[in-house]
Amino acid sequence: MNPDRDGGLLRFIACGSVDDGKSTLIGRLLVDADVVPDDRRAAAPDLAGLLDGLQAEREQGITIDVGYRYFSTPRRRFIVADTPGHEQYTRNMATGASTADLAVILVDATKGLLPQTIRHSAIVALMGIRRIVLAVNKMDLVGYREDRFAAIVEGYATMAGELGLRDVTAIPVSALHGDNVMRPSAAMPWYRGPTLLRHLETVPAAPAADQPFRLAVQWINRDAGFRGYAGTVLGGSVRPGDEVVVLPSGVAARVARIVTYEGDLDRAVAGHAVTLTLDPEVDVGRGDVIAAAGAPPHLSDQFAAHIVWLGDAPMLPGRPYLLRLGTATTTATVSELKHRLDIASGAQRPAKQLEPNDIGLANLSLDRALPFDTYEDNRETGGFILIDRLSNATVGAGMIRFPLRRAANLAWQDFTVDKTTRAAIKGHRPAVLWFTGLSGAGKSTIADGVERRLSALGHHTYLLDGDNVRHGLSRDLGFTDADRVENIRRVIETARLMADAGLIVLVSFISPFRAERRLARERLADDAFLEIFVDTPIEICERRDPKGLYHKARVGELRNFTGIDSAYEPPDAPDLHLRTLDMTIDDEVERVIQALQRRGVFD
Amino acid sequence: MPVSNSHLQALEAEAIHALREAAAVFRKPVILYSIGKDSSVLLHLALKAFHPAKPPFALLHVDTTWKFREMIAFRDRRMKELGLPLVVHVNQDGLARGIGPLTHGAAVHTDVMKTEALKQALDLHGFDAAIGGARRDEEPSRAKERIFSLRSASHRWDPRGQRPELWHLYNGRLNPGESIRVFPLSNWTELDIWTYIARENIPVVPLYFAAGRMVVERNGMLILRDDERLTLLPREMPELRWVRFRTLGCYPLTGAIESRADTVAAIIDELARSRTSERQGRAIDHGESSMERKKVEGYF
Repeated sequence: MNPDRDGGLLRFIACGSVDDGKSTLIGRLLVDADVVPDDRRAAAPDLAGLLDGLQAEREQGITIDVGYRYFSTPRRRFIVADTPGHEQYTRNMATGASTADLAVILVDATKGLLPQTIRHSAIVALMGIRRIVLAVNKMDLVGYREDRFAAIVEGYATMAGELGLRDVTAIPVSALHGDNVMRPSAAMPWYRGPTLLRHLETVPAAPAADQPFRLAVQWINRDAGFRGYAGTVLGGSVRPGDEVVVLPSGVAARVARIVTYEGDLDRAVAGHAVTLTLDPEVDVGRGDVIAAAGAPPHLSDQFAAHIVWLGDAPMLPGRPYLLRLGTATTTATVSELKHRLDIASGAQRPAKQLEPNDIGLANLSLDRALPFDTYEDNRETGGFILIDRLSNATVGAGMIRFPLRRAANLAWQDFTVDKTTRAAIKGHRPAVLWFTGLSGAGKSTIADGVERRLSALGHHTYLLDGDNVRHGLSRDLGFTDADRVENIRRVIETARLMADAGLIVLVSFISPFRAERRLARERLADDAFLEIFVDTPIEICERRDPKGLYHKARVGELRNFTGIDSAYEPPDAPDLHLRTLDMTIDDEVERVIQALQRRGVFD
Repeated sequence: MPVSNSHLQALEAEAIHALREAAAVFRKPVILYSIGKDSSVLLHLALKAFHPAKPPFALLHVDTTWKFREMIAFRDRRMKELGLPLVVHVNQDGLARGIGPLTHGAAVHTDVMKTEALKQALDLHGFDAAIGGARRDEEPSRAKERIFSLRSASHRWDPRGQRPELWHLYNGRLNPGESIRVFPLSNWTELDIWTYIARENIPVVPLYFAAGRMVVERNGMLILRDDERLTLLPREMPELRWVRFRTLGCYPLTGAIESRADTVAAIIDELARSRTSERQGRAIDHGESSMERKKVEGYF
């Protein structure tokens, strides 16, 4: 194969706003590469209009969502990610950049470098793109002047250097007239470099870095005595006979065969979709990584990562999300948000949560150790997404910066006297009763009644009350969503310790979010856990207003008050649903006691 | 325009990756097999992805009862050769109401016999993922599609509320009733499809190749009168012309193009010089943003 004739596939992203002429430039590339059919050309009002796919985009004249365009020249096939310049640009640019080898950054020659030029470049750098084309557009409007071009290029070089972008090729163009897009510009004889298209045709695609072998197992292929592991090679290369290690188990083996439909291969490289067989046949499942034995990936349940927040609701430290890394899925929480990145200035700002389109550096804590590389070493094995556990939406994208080894240093100490021993002394099994509901719903009253009954029956209890905890354990926390999540996390862990000590723990907490109650259920799964929904309509709670809080919230003296200006998410399937308007306090207490008996907490 | 081998390699690997993900994460995925060239490529990729095992998918054909007879014959022959299970679904309610393209027009026919029929089939069999051969370059609204594209419990597409798709991490998690459309060929162009068909020697329906066929010209389209249901209008006279089909659908709604391209190589050559878009012969696409509207309502 002649490498000059076969440039393969180049994926690039075009960054800029409507005003920079980004859509016009891509439209110009498509027209000059002669890939626009006549009927579609005739239907578009202008070059930019060729790109608008959705009705709303055509109506509003803006790009809303990432779109992909395809064209080829005799030398190369191209995929262009076309991303909006304004709306949700961080989220859409991160998406488009995640698979791109190169970024074309547009600057309007009449305006020069703008804050958005910095923002676009910073996101591109963060997403691991190293090759930049600085397309200085609208040269026709500045009289095709060389000094104007040179000033912009010089300014950009300084900025790019600070972002670690060293591979920058600057090209003066006029997308509207086609200068230096495909044909060299007669109006700019002072420019001797390649046209944009020529540069894109000849620039090397992503450097075939010297990565060690990685394959994330997607599918176990079983067929009449055959057992193979199907997956795409995500880094390096592999040959039969190579020594590999399966992670997280750490079992060693040799590659026996590289199986494909066309027959066995003697070598597979990054990007190939293959099926491996191992010798000996060890235990391998989906989510495992098969890696070069001599250069295995990191294995840890904690790491630091940059997170781009894509969700509509903010990212809250302590809230569990699903983390998808390679083909593995596990639960993860942000254990510490170190800072939020101010993209325009590069400054690191303290933050308690990430808003939509924010970027932050955070420590993540996983439910189990997973194999990974840093994003810098391998984009495929160092990039992950976060998924909301209730909506299943993709809410975050992360780039792993370095592993944290705390988990390895903190060994779990086992002691002789355990939970069963303590329960035997008490004469009951430990349990956690989680009362949730609006302020003023009657949680504390019911919990108090239950505790008195239990005490009278000779059971050892403890009541964790929302207000009381706020005076001590959580004195440092406020009432933002992020602080509420951290508050609940502390209460969950405290309840867990008390249950481990053998107590029946009553937790009386508004606990407005489903995600945290679900976390409580999971963390306390070893014990009898009852989610008790104290269901009183808000009008009644507000009329009762035992602490005068609803009044304060209504007159604006109290912010983030649940039910007024902060949401309460009612339980979908509580273990007990106490509709307080239809019951007396004695009925309610009796229902709880019966539920504990049914769960075998005591007889 | 030559299409390089290494770039087909990359597209093939990406599609196989998506197919394997679909097999691994869904409870009951199905390949939507529409008999056309894209479906033929998709099926070929599925054979490759799971070799030496067979693809772990059922195949579904939504039959409008107006497909070209050659398509149905090709479908039955291929399924027999490959020994794969095929589910054929017809909207019996639509059939009983006599819905058809000639009596009810392209829009109603497509809505009832394709879109509604597809939703019925997915619900009836409890498929939680439907894998199709749609490509982003086919039509502007498809350029916005994800590779794993979420559908609501009522099979609707929300183009403005799509899940971001980064790297090769496809989010296939579903709430009750939701499903995913999987598009492994998203990044392929029409030219890629034909070049790959040539390279891999993939069988396709003979209607793609030029031959002398009896066609009538109606509303600017060359229609092949595939059976007696298409009655000729006064002064309409079938005539023998050298034509082929660039895409295949319901025969009264699919226009042929005049062509002498009777081999895959000749088609590739013809495409390189083509001045019209792939779906310009499809009556169902015409009208303002009709593909986007159909897709929102659940069409593939």
